Amino acid sequence: MSDNQAISNRVPVVERLLTANEEVAADNRVQFRSHDVKVFNIMASPGAGKTTLLMATIAALAGHRLGVIEGDVASQIDADKIATTGTPVVQINTGGACHLDAPMIRHAVQALPLEDLDLVLVENVGNLICPVSFDLGQDFNVGLISVPEGHDKPYKYPAIFEAVDLVVVTKSDLLPYLDFEVDTFRELVHGLNPTIPIIVVSAKTGEGIGDWIAWLEDKLGRG
Amino acid sequence: MHEMAVTEDILRIVKDHAERGGAKKVTDIHLVIGELSSFIDDSIQFYFDLLTPNTIAEGASLHFERIRIRFRCRKCGQEFEPDGQDWHCPSCQALGGDVVAGKEFYVESIEITS
Repeated sequence: MSDNQAISNRVPVVERLLTANEEVAADNRVQFRSHDVKVFNIMASPGAGKTTLLMATIAALAGHRLGVIEGDVASQIDADKIATTGTPVVQINTGGACHLDAPMIRHAVQALPLEDLDLVLVENVGNLICPVSFDLGQDFNVGLISVPEGHDKPYKYPAIFEAVDLVVVTKSDLLPYLDFEVDTFRELVHGLNPTIPIIVVSAKTGEGIGDWIAWLEDKLGRG
Repeated sequence: MHEMAVTEDILRIVKDHAERGGAKKVTDIHLVIGELSSFIDDSIQFYFDLLTPNTIAEGASLHFERIRIRFRCRKCGQEFEPDGQDWHCPSCQALGGDVVAGKEFYVESIEITS
């Protein structure tokens, strides 16, 4: 034992991670509120039908001024589709990141005419896991799950079903051909989140789209 | 893919507390990560090794305390850790519950030499 031996000690920290993102999200929220714009963060797996539901929403949501933020790892494909409707849209390419974060949204909204909008629908990167951990400054979280993905998803990805304000089951026209048990799915989601509404839709047949629009209108405060 | 950003955040917090504690070196970092937060130990370790050379935290050991998901039954109040495919309360068989643990995500403490 030498006299100059280093002294070791344990320093308590207890500091939460990712607070930098939360601070930017809070700024985004202030900005959205100041323009009286409601923001919906739409999360789902790749291929669940997020863009298709957005297209159906644009067609059905008359009387509300809507903007879209598209999040993808790469490409402009989704934004190009939305742009054909004349809806203001910004594409974010995350360049590999598996989720959108609050700074990306802060940057993207600069290209949207917030003062002329009532709502912004944000299509997050297709992923059931990571987007849940990153607040964007949204008012509502919406989780989509398509019938082919299976009704047991809440067991596998509980965080998203616990975090959302609405679950939309998409591609209901495929229910007769697949083993997705809607009642079992409802039971599991409500096990985590007992008061959450679950809407079953098909953009193909139009089933449930009216319920989805009614939910949006209710949240916009003009239902 | 977002463990890079998380690791940078860990380093920021660690450096801050190490400097305040008058540390010469950080030897250990204790993290608490709930099962519901989507972060992978190995990936954080990978970025940590990449980001720490020539910093006060170079060579520090990362310790991960994983917190399992815990439900509180809404019917009888019993707390339980749900099985991956069985969310029934062991006492009253009600399904699911309020999540009371599993969302943790923080730096709990550091060990330093000074």
